[in-house]
Amino acid sequence: MAMAALRREGRRIAAPLINPHPINPLRSSLASSDREHTLLGVRSISTQVVRNRMKSVRNIQKITKAMKMVAASKLRAIQTKAENSRGLWQPFTALLGDTPSVDVKKNVIVTISSDKGLCGGINSTSVKISRGLHKLNAGPEKECKYVILGEKAKAQLVRDSKKDIELAFTELQKNPLNYTQVAVLADDILKNVEYDALRIVFNKFQSVVAFVPTTSTVLSPEVVEREAEAGGKLGELDSYEIEGGETKSEVLQNLTEFQFSCVMFNAMLENACSEQGARMSAMDSSSRNAGDMLDRLTLTYNRTRQASITTELIEIISGASALEG
Amino acid sequence: MLRQAPRFLLRRASAAAMRWSRPFSTDLPAETAGDSKFVDAWKKLIPNIDPPKTPSAYMAPRPPTPSTIPSKLTVNLVLPYDSVLSAKEVDMVIVPAATGQMGVLPGHVATITELKPGILSVHEGNDITKYFLSGGFAFVHANSIADIIAIEATPVDRIDQNLVQKGLAEFQQKLNSASTDVEKAEAQIGIDVYSALNAALTG
Repeated sequence: MAMAALRREGRRIAAPLINPHPINPLRSSLASSDREHTLLGVRSISTQVVRNRMKSVRNIQKITKAMKMVAASKLRAIQTKAENSRGLWQPFTALLGDTPSVDVKKNVIVTISSDKGLCGGINSTSVKISRGLHKLNAGPEKECKYVILGEKAKAQLVRDSKKDIELAFTELQKNPLNYTQVAVLADDILKNVEYDALRIVFNKFQSVVAFVPTTSTVLSPEVVEREAEAGGKLGELDSYEIEGGETKSEVLQNLTEFQFSCVMFNAMLENACSEQGARMSAMDSSSRNAGDMLDRLTLTYNRTRQASITTELIEIISGASALEG
Repeated sequence: MLRQAPRFLLRRASAAAMRWSRPFSTDLPAETAGDSKFVDAWKKLIPNIDPPKTPSAYMAPRPPTPSTIPSKLTVNLVLPYDSVLSAKEVDMVIVPAATGQMGVLPGHVATITELKPGILSVHEGNDITKYFLSGGFAFVHANSIADIIAIEATPVDRIDQNLVQKGLAEFQQKLNSASTDVEKAEAQIGIDVYSALNAALTG
């Protein structure tokens, strides 16, 4: 295959030599391979251009490899925290059930996304699911608002749903995630947003290569009471005695607020893990791609180099044969 | 280059076959009624995207209420950063409910209670393990499972007496110098926690 390419190159290069183009033997064409003159529609890439391209691709490969290592170390740090926090929301689901199909007037979709990019498709997935939930819960007398955590979802949702965005929080991961920060955030959201049902959309971390889009539903205390009376999953709630001097509605209010902060904490940790995992695989495939490009460019470089050597030889030989005969 | 093609195809096919034959370990056999309603509604409106999963898909379903009172109580104590006890079979737990210490035995009536800062003691045979809880909620279900969700739980032997005294004095001083309601409330909360800690150490 290389010989055929050389022959092709030779034929291509030989064509312009027939023209009255003075060949300067003093010029060393190998040392400074500048772009050759384009004659008769002949295209030839010089080795300098290919070398530059190879240098930049090599740099990109190094950068993406480094980013993958960084993401791997961040993932290790946060994965244990996420797995330990998984027990936090289970008691609430065991008590209050899981009611994603609840029909309420005021829906609030809390979309959790990352601030930084280069993490694959997880943010787009979250936004797609949020838009899907919005469509599912749209209807007469029903309203559906967004609360956005993270820059990436905000950038995507602001384009077509700007009027539906209630609150947006960014720069949440400047300090490592802890429960106090999330509790304050949850408090903020609950105070400023009217809701009957909060639907939290995030990517659950299943493994380093698998992230499952998930939605958790937290109901407001009034809706919990309504559903408990209606029966169904929450029907057993009335059988629970409420200990304490406070009224049932106060306890339910505290309960739902606590549930929201616990579910948010787990969701944010899972999403952060998914982000790092997705970034790892994105950077890995990028380095691999850069490696492939480098291989191809090396072949092109060698071909170009050999072609210019062949050209040089042809020039010399044809010049010598012109002098002789 | 074409020589590699069969290898690629074989790899692709075997990967696909592996994906289909090995189910996710988190998938549970039965979907609950609410989930299937949600999934159906989603599939009708948005057929191109898979519906998101919901928390019940990641949780083992709880056992139903048995007809006879079981001999042991199953306790789960969870914190935001750790599950201290998960499905531990014990004889009795005493939780620091807002109305005082509440003992929970197997067969206790289903209860939801808020917790105030205090001691949780877990009785297993002759062992008693004590944790100081910072507050949270406790659910006792009819099937003798108790879920205790707290923000912080430390074993009592890790609490430093001197720091407790210092903290108590500090918050009492803050209460005296507090001007706004918010500051007063914060100082009061601090005093409550530190007095509970004090009582935990002495009592």
